[in-house]
Amino acid sequence: MSETAGRTVVVATVLCGFCSVLVAGAVMVLKPKQDINKELDFKKNILQSAGLMNAGTDIEEAFKQVEPIVVDLSTGDIAQGVDVSKFNQDKADKNPEYVEQLDKKEDVAGIKRRSKLQKVYLVKKEGHIDQIVLHVYGKGLWSTMKGFLALDKDGNTVKGFNYYSHGETPGLGGEVDNPKWIGQWPGKKMFDAENDFKPMTRVMKGGVNLSNPQAAYQIDGLSGATLTSVGVEHTFNFWMSDMGYGKFLTKIRNGEIQ
Amino acid sequence: MKTKDLLLGPIFTNNPIALQVLGICSALAVTSQLKQVVIMGAAVALVTGVSSAMFSAIRNYTPNSIRIIVQMTVAASAVIVADQVLKAYFFDVSKQMSVYIGLIITNCIVMGRMEGFAAKNSPLPSFIDGIGNGLGYSAMLLAVGFVRELFGSGKLFGFSIFPLTTEGGWYQSNGLLLLPPSAFFIIGCMIWLLRTYKPDQQEQD
Repeated sequence: MSETAGRTVVVATVLCGFCSVLVAGAVMVLKPKQDINKELDFKKNILQSAGLMNAGTDIEEAFKQVEPIVVDLSTGDIAQGVDVSKFNQDKADKNPEYVEQLDKKEDVAGIKRRSKLQKVYLVKKEGHIDQIVLHVYGKGLWSTMKGFLALDKDGNTVKGFNYYSHGETPGLGGEVDNPKWIGQWPGKKMFDAENDFKPMTRVMKGGVNLSNPQAAYQIDGLSGATLTSVGVEHTFNFWMSDMGYGKFLTKIRNGEIQ
Repeated sequence: MKTKDLLLGPIFTNNPIALQVLGICSALAVTSQLKQVVIMGAAVALVTGVSSAMFSAIRNYTPNSIRIIVQMTVAASAVIVADQVLKAYFFDVSKQMSVYIGLIITNCIVMGRMEGFAAKNSPLPSFIDGIGNGLGYSAMLLAVGFVRELFGSGKLFGFSIFPLTTEGGWYQSNGLLLLPPSAFFIIGCMIWLLRTYKPDQQEQD
């Protein structure tokens, strides 16, 4: 077969054209199915953080006890005039109407900006709030780590926590999704009730000393992953502050939101 | 060559891992659980088969100077399609394995079969050769995965076989087997056994 430059270009172009059609076609055809999977997975993560996900749990059925609301972080109230069923967090995160830029001092979690409207999931039992599931995210070493934090109805005690998306180093920072590490979160406190509900979470290098009176606010650091551990601490300090869910959780504690 | 030889030959007599020592990297990464092994093996077999057939179909039109990059393009497209299919139908598995699926492109077996077989044969035999090599790869991975999951976590396909001491049973699991390097030892032992059983596979020096 003769090898002219023209021929090489033609073969390469035709091949690339064919392969793009193949790949794009596969993505188009499979997209609806993938979206259903993603939504189920999202719900599963929320249920998991609230400890409602066991083997054989029907996700859609279990999710019926979860009521999504949209919270305005600047006031801590339920946002007025927002239709929860149509509210899309990803779109709100890009909507200039809601997004607030964070200056260096405020931006503890390294996220640069955040929407003042955040979707919050209330787990209800017999019409009363039982747990509050909050979406938290912040920068680790390589990636933005995203997770769900489930708090008890006192707005302080952790019921469960897990990261559903991160890109940290497998085996080091990636251990943030190790069940053993996740397992130490339930029972921890987010705020110091004696000191004006100040956010207290600390990730401890070398592990938590249980005899320390502060142990209720402390989590074991990940060995070999100092920056990821610092990222976890900062994520919590940001989202529990008044820039995050602080005002909303105060209202929960005072019983202003039912 | 007969179809049967093309399909079954790579499993014992000409195994891509044991004899050609190709595709070792992913054999270390995915063999701690058999469920992952099955998915990975199926994905590699299909990708190798489909890309071999596709490359074989255009082998006479491809200028020699861009042969390798053409193979890469074909293999990469097949890998992306495989990844998308897994995301649609095996979401849980794909979440754990997406990285490794993407890395099938770097699996030496895929390019090796295109360059070594599909470049000289017509599409159908190339397809069968690709599937056969994928099966040979899977057979080896299944054997490694069997040992690692059974003795590493006392399970097979996620079902408890040996009850673990941590769950109140009697079996003290072997932590080394859950770590990737253990696959090296197992593959080494298997190559040794295979070459003792079939001395013609031994390399002469």
